Amino acid sequence: MARVIGGIATTHVPSIGNALEKGLQSDPYWKPFFDAFPPLRRWLDLTKPDVAIVLYNDHGLNFFLDAMPTFAVGAAAEYRNEDEGWGIPTSPPFSGDPSLSWHLIDSLMRDEFDICSCQEMLVDHAFTIPMQLLWPEHAAMPRTIPISINTVQHPIPTPSRCYRFGQAIGRAIASYPEDLRVVVIGTGGLSHQLDGTRAGFINTSFDRMCLEKIVEAPEDLASYSTIDLIREAGAQGAELIMWLAMRGALTGTVRELHTTYHVPISNTAAGVLLLENAAQPVAAVR
Amino acid sequence: MNCEELAKCGRTGSFTLWEHLSVTLVAMTTTTDQPIPGTLLFNGTEAMKGYALNKMCFSFNSRLNREAFLHDEDAYMSRFGLNAQQRAAIKSRNVLDLLAAGGNIYYLAKFAGIFHLGVQDIGAQQTGVTVDEFKAKLLAAGS
Repeated sequence: MARVIGGIATTHVPSIGNALEKGLQSDPYWKPFFDAFPPLRRWLDLTKPDVAIVLYNDHGLNFFLDAMPTFAVGAAAEYRNEDEGWGIPTSPPFSGDPSLSWHLIDSLMRDEFDICSCQEMLVDHAFTIPMQLLWPEHAAMPRTIPISINTVQHPIPTPSRCYRFGQAIGRAIASYPEDLRVVVIGTGGLSHQLDGTRAGFINTSFDRMCLEKIVEAPEDLASYSTIDLIREAGAQGAELIMWLAMRGALTGTVRELHTTYHVPISNTAAGVLLLENAAQPVAAVR
Repeated sequence: MNCEELAKCGRTGSFTLWEHLSVTLVAMTTTTDQPIPGTLLFNGTEAMKGYALNKMCFSFNSRLNREAFLHDEDAYMSRFGLNAQQRAAIKSRNVLDLLAAGGNIYYLAKFAGIFHLGVQDIGAQQTGVTVDEFKAKLLAAGS
């Protein structure tokens, strides 16, 4: 049977891609953020997931306002990224797992999540940057299933809905007959705002509360309304919903193995989190 | 237009228009439709209003389209059917004007990208400070 071995959450700011490209990992501005990743990579080396399910939000590369899906599940053999309009470097394609994708789609629909299936799907920086941070060697990446959650156009799904969506993903994986080790990754956040006269808004006390609650009391975060979440975390801080979906998929015994919180990178309060999901610990880290 | 010029445009460009826009934005963000001051939620009303503008900006995912825009801005805007407010906002390179015209920040970012402007450049412009001042404010939030 397939099993969720853990969850990872990370900020996905585009400028991380530029910093990676320029090799700025030791630059004083970037070091506190990049230092979060060696422990995560050690854990991935030890646990060797077969598949990464990546919950992210498309920023207008694949989806436009003509048809905006709330939950879009990738069902392709491979996924490509593209120049997003500002000339960012593109990467080789990412391998998919169509069999598991269709199992997810079937299971989620039975569970009354009316998702949009995508046999073609361009993946943007919110997917590619976390993958590159976690597996710097492209060839070492596991198969992946991108799942995009709408944050472009309101109404966006509520925090509670996203948490329950994650729980449904957890149930879907647990019912997959193949013996697979799955890591679930939620990308985005923490507090930030790009648009309007409140641009540059950051709320460190709210973020720190979220980093605590997401481990032990995710229901408390799921109970926020979308408006209250945006008021506290900024317009793009709504990306916490991807973290909640990731957390929802961890239905076993959850243990926090690593947390980094650093302000700022670009306009964003950066958060990185590694959670193990097991009845018994599968690996020691730190 | 470089960053400095763009920031200047946001701060000292048509001041009457700037004041007018600020009043408009405050009014828009204090209705129940827009409950968070300084934050314009991109809802159905905005999505309808900004459709043509956002469709044009979505096209900038393609390099060839970015080049076509730069070659002849007016012809390119006509192709997407932008209205007078949207055309003026594109000409002004002013992000608050573009938001007021129905622009969505994710698609507008692709327009800003044509001029090599990042989120800190447009953050500075929208808040009426220099890029260095904007960056300093973010650093202060973390200290």
